[in-house]
Amino acid sequence: MCALPEGTWMKNRPYPLKELLLARFREFCREPEVIFWVYGFPLLLAVGLGIAFRNRPMEQIYVDVEQHASAEAVAGHLRKSPGFVVAIHSAVECRERLRLGKSSIIVEPGETYTFVYDPTRPESALARQRVDDVLQRSAGRRDPINTRENQVQEAGARYIDFLVPGLIGMNLMGSGMWGVGFVIVDMRVRKLLKRFIATPMKRSDFLWSMVGGRMLFMFPELVIILGAGALFFGVSVRGSLFAIFMISLIGALCFSGLGLLVACRAQHIETISGLMNLVMLPMWLFSGVFFSADRFPAVIQPFVQALPLTQLNNALRAVILEGAPLATQAVRLSVLLLWGGVSFLIALRWFRWN
Amino acid sequence: MQSTAIRCRNLRKQYRTRNGAVDAVNGLDLEVWQGECFGLLGPNGAGKTTTIEILEGLLEATSGEVEVMGMRWGENDDDLRQRIGISLQETRLPEKLSVLEILTLFRSFYRDGNEPAAIMEAVGLTEKARAWVGKLSGGQRQRLAVACALVGNPGLVFLDEPTTGLDPQSRRQLWGIIRDLGRQGRTTLLTTHYMDEAERLCDRVAVVDHGKVIALGTPTELIRTLGAEHVVEFGVGDVRQPSMERLSALPAVREVRGDPNGIALTVGEPHVTIPALLRLLGEENLTLARLTTRHASLEDVFVRLTGRHLDEEQTVSA
Repeated sequence: MCALPEGTWMKNRPYPLKELLLARFREFCREPEVIFWVYGFPLLLAVGLGIAFRNRPMEQIYVDVEQHASAEAVAGHLRKSPGFVVAIHSAVECRERLRLGKSSIIVEPGETYTFVYDPTRPESALARQRVDDVLQRSAGRRDPINTRENQVQEAGARYIDFLVPGLIGMNLMGSGMWGVGFVIVDMRVRKLLKRFIATPMKRSDFLWSMVGGRMLFMFPELVIILGAGALFFGVSVRGSLFAIFMISLIGALCFSGLGLLVACRAQHIETISGLMNLVMLPMWLFSGVFFSADRFPAVIQPFVQALPLTQLNNALRAVILEGAPLATQAVRLSVLLLWGGVSFLIALRWFRWN
Repeated sequence: MQSTAIRCRNLRKQYRTRNGAVDAVNGLDLEVWQGECFGLLGPNGAGKTTTIEILEGLLEATSGEVEVMGMRWGENDDDLRQRIGISLQETRLPEKLSVLEILTLFRSFYRDGNEPAAIMEAVGLTEKARAWVGKLSGGQRQRLAVACALVGNPGLVFLDEPTTGLDPQSRRQLWGIIRDLGRQGRTTLLTTHYMDEAERLCDRVAVVDHGKVIALGTPTELIRTLGAEHVVEFGVGDVRQPSMERLSALPAVREVRGDPNGIALTVGEPHVTIPALLRLLGEENLTLARLTTRHASLEDVFVRLTGRHLDEEQTVSA
């Protein structure tokens, strides 16, 4: 141990904001769990949901025909049409198979045909229409209008196309809240905030480093989710990448502000976890991450539309799915900026450093 | 005439709790001189941390005057922060940053200061420069906390309980570092509830109890107030105890007090007292179970002033 030599000044004094950002960056990169929750989890969610809701080939219709003199003839008509799987069974067996879901409908031939089915089962309701159609036509029905089919299966209209922008929005919200709110309360619990204000550190440098850190970590999130969507599911982006980037940036800014607000007084990890869930839960439910927010009744639409995540998701979908230019999203982005700005100002006013 | 580094007058800090107001600091006066190592010694809950945090500008006093390096909090905050170094009682620095990274971060907050490399050398952490805080021992973490207080090359250093909970070797290492501060001409204000620490490190000590200074002086002066410099402690192997009056009458005895584990006599000359004590025990038909002598310490001063021990709940009957 030796005494400090006098006057060992640093030639190049490091910049506090840069050092604070570097510290945030290093801590983030050295925390494998955080990396997983921020980058790995949304990826798994996208892949999982994408597979679960992938477009399936046209469904087969399972029809049982009850034993009867004309059973073979009825079965024959049905078999001639595509998409039917037809079997002939005794009355008892037919009922049993319907009950177990092995068939969707029973046809009891005779003077009149009787359809036995459960109208609350969607596949049975569909089967009833199709079976009736085929049997009527084979008996000589002529349709008064000629119809033609033009089947479309286009990228951009599938569930996964709808889902990807929602996941980006949800992730920006989650990591903004956790990445700012949780981190700040953790620092408060550790008395690190107090230690920082015991130095001449500018408080604004600290707060900017938190927000700046979010801006930095947001970019890989965006690339990973969009990239995975494109790679695994062929999700294509119709609008400009710049527009998506700008919208995400404003979204991240907005949720950093909210994160700062929920963290501004909380003294315990449990408090902040609860507060963040309280803030995020309505947005998970109402902001159209997994299904369109338009489905909610008109009465609650003003509330739904006021949520920042709704606006972020809408803006992202408009650009990614519809190719809308950035300028058309100005109103939505203003809502986000308003949320972020007001939160930030209130947080500054109420922030507890000790 | 010495110049003053810290001056505070009639300092009060009141906390509101569910059971009414509690005075953590209750009319405390203090004057710390430039270049000295000054100790606030007192038991847990005496108001040491509240006092030091008010002086550090981290807490606001309910009333009273505080002047640090000729400046006041609320008027010259940035100047003050640039010139003082602080180690809080408990700071858990980021676990996943290295020693060098943390010191560079803290260094960036100060206009002038020392190279992190020089600081690491001074506190013996050079070999740990690239080690993460999470991998450091308790003593190394505490040295890092002190290092963070030194990056700005401060003229005044505040250390709140710098060695609490450390093993003896780590404590000695920190004592070395704290003594170096004095040699470099820095003023140090530290709080402790270890009397040996105060005796070894501090030029002057203020004994604090219930938010007030109850004694002030160099460790030697304070011990001298006991009127005698030695303590003879003994215990008897019987249920009966020797009579207090007869013990007080023994030659060279200044004071007698009973502890749960025996009796302590403050004496001027142990070689005069001990033979007389042995004779007395013989006359009263008591068997001596143990006998030790030691120099009187600040602990004895504290016990004499308050009737309590510094770091235990143990009470003393006079």
